[in-house]
Amino acid sequence: MSMAYDTEHPVPMPPILWDNKGFWDGVKKHELVFQRCKQCGTWLHPPRPACPRCRSFEKEWSPSTGKGTVYSFVTYRESPHPAFKAPYSVVLVELEEGVRLVSNMIDIKPEQIYIGMPVEAVFDDISEGLTLPKFRKVG
Amino acid sequence: MSVMRNIKNKAAIVGIGISSFSRDSQQTELRMVCETIKAALDDAGLTTEDIDGLVKQTDDASDEHAITSSMGMGNLTYFGECRWGAAPSAMVMRAAMGVATGTASYIVVYRAVNGSSKRRMIPSMRTSGQMSTSDLLQWTFHAPFGHMSEAGRVAMVVRRYMHEFGIDSNQFGWVPVVCREHGAQNPSGMYYKKPFTIEDYRKSEMVVEPLRRLDYYEEADAAAALVITTAERAKDLKQKAVYVLGAAQSMVPETEEQNSYYRRSISGLPEMSHVGKKIFSMAGVTPKDINCVQLDDSYGPFVPMQLEELGFCHRGEGVDFCNGGSRIRSGGELPLNTSGGSLGEGHLYGMNHVIEAVRQIRGISTAQVKNARLVLVASGAGSPASGLILGGK
Repeated sequence: MSMAYDTEHPVPMPPILWDNKGFWDGVKKHELVFQRCKQCGTWLHPPRPACPRCRSFEKEWSPSTGKGTVYSFVTYRESPHPAFKAPYSVVLVELEEGVRLVSNMIDIKPEQIYIGMPVEAVFDDISEGLTLPKFRKVG
Repeated sequence: MSVMRNIKNKAAIVGIGISSFSRDSQQTELRMVCETIKAALDDAGLTTEDIDGLVKQTDDASDEHAITSSMGMGNLTYFGECRWGAAPSAMVMRAAMGVATGTASYIVVYRAVNGSSKRRMIPSMRTSGQMSTSDLLQWTFHAPFGHMSEAGRVAMVVRRYMHEFGIDSNQFGWVPVVCREHGAQNPSGMYYKKPFTIEDYRKSEMVVEPLRRLDYYEEADAAAALVITTAERAKDLKQKAVYVLGAAQSMVPETEEQNSYYRRSISGLPEMSHVGKKIFSMAGVTPKDINCVQLDDSYGPFVPMQLEELGFCHRGEGVDFCNGGSRIRSGGELPLNTSGGSLGEGHLYGMNHVIEAVRQIRGISTAQVKNARLVLVASGAGSPASGLILGGK
């Protein structure tokens, strides 16, 4: 089971700003990239203008392996928005690089999700203008 | 020139006003604010001409000038705002700083919401046109995945807390049960004579797992105001003065507006820990000295976490501390939210918690703690936080 959408209502588009544009450009090309500080190598998410470790403003978008584990998750039994059909789960995935990403799972029931579950990134082309990075269980 | 070391004992709350809680006030927030300010002034034995400072919550619907114009106040020399759920204790801190430095003499702190009737909406931060850059940078990674409710964002942290400390969601029920017990004794609250049992809690439906309907607040219409002046002036006023003994705000790194997901650990409330250390040190007391607490119960599961972070018990023991309710009930070793708080009185974004602390020290609570001399207030669990230790002499 994957996320069910009500096609009558568009999924809210991610607001794109200069600081996060690289992430969404990558997703559109089916690449999961995160900000990485050019000076100290720290992986940064969510994206921001400067590195909180070394204060450098020099960053680059670096590819992630897309592999990680479920760090936490919730299951919406009531939907807060008509685009999303409840029940559905939202996961917080901790990637190998150490950053965490809010996302959804595919091919799994909410009851089967657990903290520590190994997952890998997949890309869901929801509509012509929107691709989302999602995760599926590994193994 | 001498430097003030801190604001301990420099300021006192001398007047309080609070409306009843309802689902539809049939009034503007401005009207409710003006009425509660009038009540707070009457309570203190002051008049509108005495007021020269106002402190408000950023999102509050009533701006300062609307209040001065409506109420015929004189010249203000001090006004400003505090943000988020952390506002209530922080507003008292700001007001205390204002009078302690002589910038103003009598400062009113106020808050009103038509949260239930939405007769006039609280400005929504949830439409992209109005959102700040910082909020947009969070929203961009939440909204497309359907992570769109405040309860959902809180639930993510609660799940991790349960995982790390081996907690079953049924165990969170005692905080809402006790808050409603206290609220059931409070005639001006939303839930007067409406307690519920632990069985009712366990039957309550899951809205966003692991949170049940009864784990978090319902919107309400209500308003409250309080008056602060110097400890010196307080001596000559009508009511028993309630002194600000400790006051602090905290914001730590890797913070988002609410519920930071990107810190090394997300299962605690580090801001609350900082607030606790600072207010206990300023007041020169320890958790054992506190007679009752008014904690942020917008989300019940954050209460055990606050008890841990503030030093009332060890990490991971907050749920056990609340288990069965005997310690946190009126009459227990650390009564919690004696007016009912957000879960049992109504949701006024934490302002009612400050008002109740004052009532306890004055001895006029509907769930009065015997000889309440020191009361701790915490505002803003799961976000930038603030807190107070208030005391009588």
